Amino acid sequence: MLEKYEDLNEMHLDVLKEIGNIGSGNASTALSAMIGREIAIHMPSIKILGFQEAIENNGSPEDVVAAVLVRLKGEVSGMILLLVEHEFAEHVLNVFFGEQEIDLLQLNDNDISALTEVGNIMGSSYVSAIAQLTGLEIGVETPSFAADMLGAIMSVPVIEFGAVGDKLLCIDKTIEIDGIRMKSNMMLIPTVDSLSNLFGKLGVDA
Amino acid sequence: MNISVGISDWKISKPPDVLVTYALGSCVGICLYDKTKLIGGLSHIMLPDSKNCGDGLATNRMKFADTAIPDMFGKMLSMGALRANVTAKIAGGAVMFNVATDRFNIGERNVAAVKAALGALGIRVIAQDVGLNYGRTVFFYPESGAVKIKSTTKGEVGI
Repeated sequence: MLEKYEDLNEMHLDVLKEIGNIGSGNASTALSAMIGREIAIHMPSIKILGFQEAIENNGSPEDVVAAVLVRLKGEVSGMILLLVEHEFAEHVLNVFFGEQEIDLLQLNDNDISALTEVGNIMGSSYVSAIAQLTGLEIGVETPSFAADMLGAIMSVPVIEFGAVGDKLLCIDKTIEIDGIRMKSNMMLIPTVDSLSNLFGKLGVDA
Repeated sequence: MNISVGISDWKISKPPDVLVTYALGSCVGICLYDKTKLIGGLSHIMLPDSKNCGDGLATNRMKFADTAIPDMFGKMLSMGALRANVTAKIAGGAVMFNVATDRFNIGERNVAAVKAALGALGIRVIAQDVGLNYGRTVFFYPESGAVKIKSTTKGEVGI
């Protein structure tokens, strides 16, 4: 029985990487269908990070980002957090609403709905890929949106996982639109208990 | 010089150094200050209570309001701060995503636990900027006891 993320071995990490690969592949296909643009993703990376590292892995604490938080429910718990930088958000919103310059801190309700829906579709597709692969029942809760300093946004997963340990497991990947590298990071942050469920279903010793 | 205080961390300094903690979300920053000795301490706590956590987890005492605050206060006293002089300013404890999805309401619980820990030590809270839904960076100047809060929505505000 796994008790903390530091107990994961190489094989576990490889399995998680593959889960991240399949999940994020599905998520980017969904995004591509939604906005009609070519999406490329990079090979996901698995990181077990301290609290401060989890923030710095995504930039400086005061960088302004938009974020969609999708909580998981069912046999896997944890969250998917989509972090969207200015350029990526502008590109996506231009597809929906025509050319416009945006300010992440001054988004209107339509902009927020659209970005939340992007997070929702990507999160749901990610999760359904994992559910298909493992046969586990996994659902998502209603997504929520925030735009603020990166450090303040990241305090949400950091605090929730901080209650049960000193590390976070992030399965993250960078997304590109139309071959332009626009940074958007999608992180799957599963709880330790859920990992045992995942490995159990896949026949991997936990 | 700016001395950076990370998440689950506390530091103590004297003038002319400035204590900074970046982008508090639901975490709380606690500035303790002795204005006669010019000793300042800044703690960045993540969680209210060490007692509900397993043994191994409570070892990081800087993570929790109920352990970080007495520890930092004790260290300030050992450096010459006088118990009766020490006052507090606190900031943070926001709800970053909407309340409906924040079932733990951890920001509010953190603020309550910080106030309880300060109360138990007899430390008065003389200013605060807590709650609501935005991130805050805290600059604490032990030279004057001034605290500056920087946020994306309100710019810079002194408390």
